[in-house]
This record gives sequence, structure tokens and C-alpha cells, in this order.
Amino acid sequence: MTDVPAASLEPEVVPRPTAEERWRALRTVSRGDVVYRSLLTLLTLCLPAVLLVIALELLVAALPGIRAMGLSFLVHSEWDAVHDRFGALPLIVGTVYSSAIALVIAVPLALACAVFLTEFAPRWLRQPVATLIELLAAVPSVIYGLWGIFVLIPLLRDHLWPVVKPVLHWLPIFSGVFYGPSMLAAGVILAIMILPYIAAVTREVLLAVPPAQREAGLALGATRWETVWTVILPYGRAGIMGAVILGLGRALGETMAVTMVIGNNHQVALSVLKPGYTIASVIANEFAESVTRLQVSSLFYVGLVLFVITLVVNALARFLVWRVARGSGVGSTAL
Amino acid sequence: MKGRLIRRLTGSLMTGLTYGAAAVAVLPLAAILGMLIVKGAGSVNLDFFVKSAVPLGESGGGFAYAIVGTLIIVGLACLVGLPIGVGTGIYLAEFGGGWFGFTVRFLADILNGTPSVVIGIVVWSLVVKPMGHFSAFAGGCALAIILVPIVARTTEEMVRLVPNSLREAALALGYPRWRTSLFVVVRTARAAIVTGCLVAVARVAGETAPLLFTAFGNQFFSTRILQPMAALPLQIYDYAVGPYDDWHRLAWAGALVLIGLVLVLSLVARLVVGRGARRHA
Repeated sequence: MTDVPAASLEPEVVPRPTAEERWRALRTVSRGDVVYRSLLTLLTLCLPAVLLVIALELLVAALPGIRAMGLSFLVHSEWDAVHDRFGALPLIVGTVYSSAIALVIAVPLALACAVFLTEFAPRWLRQPVATLIELLAAVPSVIYGLWGIFVLIPLLRDHLWPVVKPVLHWLPIFSGVFYGPSMLAAGVILAIMILPYIAAVTREVLLAVPPAQREAGLALGATRWETVWTVILPYGRAGIMGAVILGLGRALGETMAVTMVIGNNHQVALSVLKPGYTIASVIANEFAESVTRLQVSSLFYVGLVLFVITLVVNALARFLVWRVARGSGVGSTAL
Repeated sequence: MKGRLIRRLTGSLMTGLTYGAAAVAVLPLAAILGMLIVKGAGSVNLDFFVKSAVPLGESGGGFAYAIVGTLIIVGLACLVGLPIGVGTGIYLAEFGGGWFGFTVRFLADILNGTPSVVIGIVVWSLVVKPMGHFSAFAGGCALAIILVPIVARTTEEMVRLVPNSLREAALALGYPRWRTSLFVVVRTARAAIVTGCLVAVARVAGETAPLLFTAFGNQFFSTRILQPMAALPLQIYDYAVGPYDDWHRLAWAGALVLIGLVLVLSLVARLVVGRGARRHA
């Protein structure tokens, strides 16, 4: 007891804060908090600013083209740099057509993969296969293009087409001579590239289906496949739609791989064996070599069109996926 | 009971088809990797890493200038893009509950979906045109714009994984909010954030389209960031669409090096993130 320090025996010198002072202390934020939050807010503002600058700059740079050609630019199919006449119809059609081919091939495969990964695969197989499919999304576009030129095109032209030609050649979409670089090659490459995106998001959507739904289906006597087909897929319909549209957005804007295999020809053709062009690949090909101001501006004009299309498509996809996942940002973790 | 047999057969058939679909989906990866090794491995030697391009007609030569160029351009992109991306991600996870956070998150997804070639021409218009010539700096800017939304979203996910009890414990001990956020929450998620950044950097390192009109490419070894500079993906593209066999050989070798870089980065990152996420959960 004698060892108690003298200080503790002295009466309290600090006046006790009143209740009001305590409340004020609780309410005031420390200066560090203000600095921290302002700094982060400043960094966060960069992103909207960059997007705004992109949109404005596209618009400003496209303005001469918009003034000169107006909306008729979108429906004309002539592209003549020498006479300064430009029309984007083949580009828009080619962009949509190649993406449509990609979706036709990729969607069934991707949905089947997602169902496999969430419902049918043995547990030990799920993670490795999911990782492999996600790695497909990590392969750089230019490598898909390289592979497309030297492996996929010869494969389609020399091995696959001769086999199916007797059966399919009467169809208008398969008419004409198949030289290799074509809408079909672009579609197939795009399908391979967007498959991992669609599969990954669909998988997240299917994982978010409550187990009770699955159990109810099975309890009613449905087989596992019937449960998938009649219960699980319909339950995730909106999210799956979102996944598909997200894949569409990727396909529409894909540049290098498409440029390397599509044949780069300004024409509108029904046959998938004919070469075509897309908005992204015309920019990649002609921008650095543009001669006239109008040509540069025309390229910005189609760039603006592409920007608006992908913006609408992505917004729609996000809306659909969010409705399922309640804003937890499904898909971004996987990719 | 014929109906029952048909139902069971249908089930088996469709199950089998999903197995087949998974196999078909993985096939291209195997085919691409296999082809890269078959065609590229023979040309990846010491010369490839230390020599630069040789004049047409001479055999040999390497990609040293392109590899160094990619490192410099991607480094520039990281310098600008990573702080902004990580900061945005932390903000979204910590303060992003309101309309502003919602909007930024939405815009990040929009920017992420914007075609990279469009970003390329905008940077050309804003950086290259005023400067009067192509430059590695412009290439870095274009890649930084692509980097920001990816890094922001992965950082947000990783910071969100930190359990709330940790935050509450720090606040209860009298830490101010900024110290709690920076030295407890973000620090806990540090490894995951770093690996998330690696994945994003790996993806950006393979981008070609935005460099076409910004960094432009260069046949010579250059480290000056205000001048045109070569990059690995650009060089692969140039050599792949060129007419010479020797170029094609180098393109395959370059592609093998590039994909090695990208896949190793993303695979390592995936393993670490997977482990971290499990620990937090």
C-alpha cells in the first residue's frame, strides 16, 4: 500500500467534460478523416471525369464528319478516301453480324459450361475447369488473332468446309468461294473469346439460385436435368440474359483478333464465307494512315457510334445482372 | 413406364452434353498453348531477349526492344492508373453506399466495357495530336485508362471481404476512422489488392489496339518516353500480318513470351486471391 505513486493520490485536476462537450467531441470528425476522405473522393472523381472526357472528345472530333454527312453516313456503304466519300453501313452491319455469329456459337456452349460447373460436374473438377475457362479470358487478343491466321483459318478452309460443303452450300449464308479470312472466321474467334465471360457470369447467377428451388424441383420428382431446365435456368433468366448481353458488348468492341481474320473489305454480304469489316477493325487499320481531315473525322464518327452502342449494351447488361445479384457486382470478381 | 425411361435417358444425354460443352470450351486454350509452344519455343533463346530487330533478309534478331518497350509503357500506366484505381476501390468499399458510389460503380463498368480502340483514338486526339508525334507516354495514358476501372472493381471486392468485426474492434480501441480504414482494413486486404492489381496489369500488358496510335511502335531500341516506342503486342501484330516466314517465326516466339507473362501473373494471382478469400470468409 505504501508503494502507491504519489500522483494518484492527488485530486483530479482536469475538469470533467460536460455532457454537451462530450456529444460535440463525438460528432466532430478528426482532421485526418477529412483529409483521407477528400483524397479518396478526389481519386474517385477521376473515373467519371475520364469517361466524360472520352465522350466529349469523340463528339468534338466527329463533329466535322457529322456536319458534312449527317445521319446518311450510317446508311451509305461507299468508303472512298480518294474522293472523300464515306459510309458506315458495311461496318455497322459487319460489327453486328460477326457478333451475332459469335453469340449463336458461344451462348449454348457457355450456358452448358455454367450448368456443368454448378450442377453436374464432380466437386473436385469444378474449380480446375472454371479456372481453365477463365484463363481463356486472360489470353491477349493479338494472340487469338495470330492463332486465327495460322491455325483456325486453315482448319476451317481446308478441313471443316470441304466436309460440310455438300450439305450446306445451297444455303444463301454459305454461298460463294471460301478463301479463308471471312465473317465466319471472325465469328468463331469472337465466340471463343466471349465464351469465358458469358460462362463466368452465368455461373455466378446459377450459384445465386437458392438451394430451396433446386430441392423443390427434385422433391417433385423431376430428374436433375428437368430441375435445371424447368426450375434453375428460368429462375436465373434475367441474370443469364445479362451475361449474354455482356458477352455481346465484348464482341462488338473486340479489335485485334477480328482485324486479323475478317478480311477487311467494305462490303455488305449475306454469306458468312465472304470477307467483311467491323467498326473497331476499320479504326485499327485506317486511322494511322488517314489522309484527309474528313477521313479522320469519319473514323471518330464510327468510333462514337461504337461507343454509344457498347454503352447502351453494357448498361443493359449491368442492369439485368444487378437485379439478380443485388448490386454485389457479379462477374467482376471472376474477370 | 416408358415415359420414365425416356426422361432418364434425356437426363443422361443432356448431362453428357454439358460434359462435352465443357471439354469444347477448354479445347481452344489447349490448342492455343500447344501451338504457341510448338511454333514458338524453338525461337525463344538468348538472342531473342538481348537482340533487337535486324534488317530484312538477315536472319536472327530478337525482341529485346519490344520487351523493354512493353515494360516501360506498362510501368507508366501503373504509375498513373494504380493509385487512382486502388483509391477509387477503397472509396467504393468504405464510403460507396450512396448514390455517388452507385454511379461510380456503374460508370466503372461502362468504362470497362468501352472498346480499347476507342480509348486509343481519344488519347491520340488529346495527347498525340497536341504533341505532334507518337510517344510511349501516350501509350501509358491509354493503358492507364483501361487499368483504372478493373483495378477499382477488384480492389473494392477485396476490401469488402475484410470482416466488419475487425473495423469495429479498431474503432472501439479509439482509432480514428481514417487510420482504421488505412492501417487495419486496407492493410488486411493488402495481399489480395496487390494480386488483383497484378491480374489487371497482366490484362493490360497484352493490349494492342490502344497502342496502335499512341506508342505506335519503333524498329529500334528506345527508352525515351516522349518518342515512339515498340511494344510486345504491337510487334507480334506487325510480324503476324507481315509476309515473311522469319517474321511469323518471331511473332510466334513473341506470343509465347507474352502469354507466359500474362498467364503466370494471372495464375499466381488467382491462387493467392483464392486462398486469401477463403481465409477471410
